[in-house]
Amino acid sequence: MNDKNKIITGLVIFFLVVLFPFWFNLIFGAADASTAPEPELTEKAEKAETCVAETEHMRTEHMQILDQWRDTVVRDGQRIYVAENGKEYDPSLSNTCMDCHSNKEKFCDRCHNYASVNPYCWDCHTYPEETE
Amino acid sequence: MENSRRRFLKNAGFSILGVGAGSMLIGLSAHTSKAVSPDAGQRPQFSMGDKAMEAERWGMVVDTRKLNDSICRKMQEACHSIHNVPEPVGESAQRDQIIKWIWPTEFQHAFPSQEVEFLAEDAAHRPVVVLCNHCDNPPCVRACPTRATFKRERDGIVMMDFHRCIGCRFCMAACPFGARSFNFRDPRPDIEDENPDFPTRMRGVVEKCNFCAERLAVGKKPACVEASDGALTFGDLNDPDSDVRKLLAEKYAIRRKPNLGTFPSVFYIV
Repeated sequence: MNDKNKIITGLVIFFLVVLFPFWFNLIFGAADASTAPEPELTEKAEKAETCVAETEHMRTEHMQILDQWRDTVVRDGQRIYVAENGKEYDPSLSNTCMDCHSNKEKFCDRCHNYASVNPYCWDCHTYPEETE
Repeated sequence: MENSRRRFLKNAGFSILGVGAGSMLIGLSAHTSKAVSPDAGQRPQFSMGDKAMEAERWGMVVDTRKLNDSICRKMQEACHSIHNVPEPVGESAQRDQIIKWIWPTEFQHAFPSQEVEFLAEDAAHRPVVVLCNHCDNPPCVRACPTRATFKRERDGIVMMDFHRCIGCRFCMAACPFGARSFNFRDPRPDIEDENPDFPTRMRGVVEKCNFCAERLAVGKKPACVEASDGALTFGDLNDPDSDVRKLLAEKYAIRRKPNLGTFPSVFYIV
């Protein structure tokens, strides 16, 4: 163990480099990157209180619900959705989701940008223009 | 030496058993905790709704004797405006890149296999409105590699799932009626008044008439039929008492390119 010092220094440098993203983020990026943004609700969405499912469920599963809506409407032609809470909905992104959540920039985009996902919904589907 | 190999195998066997049993226990506990969670209410369900118009095989009869240019234009406008079909103007309006769901043409182009040597003057110059025939044996469906084009078994409509279309255009090559159009460019800038109730398309997908499936679902007849002043009749071809079948029983009607065996669901009274 004659090169003990050299080896330890080398290891320290190695780990510093390998763990660069972690410590860099801890020190410099804490303010904007590590806190998840909160989607903003419109007045209409807040008044409705519940979405087609519970908030927690919507937060984690909305993409699966949308996929299921898409397939059932387009391929099976079934256009009435009876949710868990017993209410009937028109399974439509543009007409049902965006009716309440008409603030796409503050509701959809915030989290999608944060999570770096680019859903291609808006290539075809329309959303209400934000008027402000 | 032999002893240690024996011990190794023994240990390995017990370890595998232990890991297997452990993961099973974990799985079981996760399963039970999920079942207990308060997931009240019934599971979400889909249905057709009461208002939806249903049929075994939707079909259409076009009375070409009632057609003229202004009715054709009205029908096309009605269809294209509600389905967000782009109407390019100026530079982008290249003739081979036009998108159309329903459009007027001439007799000899609509019925090339109908060889009439001395065609009546009025028939030769009258417009014939053509659209997707929603064939009973659709060649486009067989050509589609992603099943983006499919025939709804419930009512015979040949539909497109724009989400799945990869723009290979095999269906356009397969369709003998030229009923399909390709979006060579983003269609949005060429749509004048976007109908928010219907999606647009994106660049690189094929589109065509869908027999107004979205209107049938809420109990409305196709837009072209409503705008046709009685020139188009819409109904169930499998129901002998339907409007279309009554009309077909009275009047002699032909179909486009019947020799190809696609069995179109659009009939023409000439």
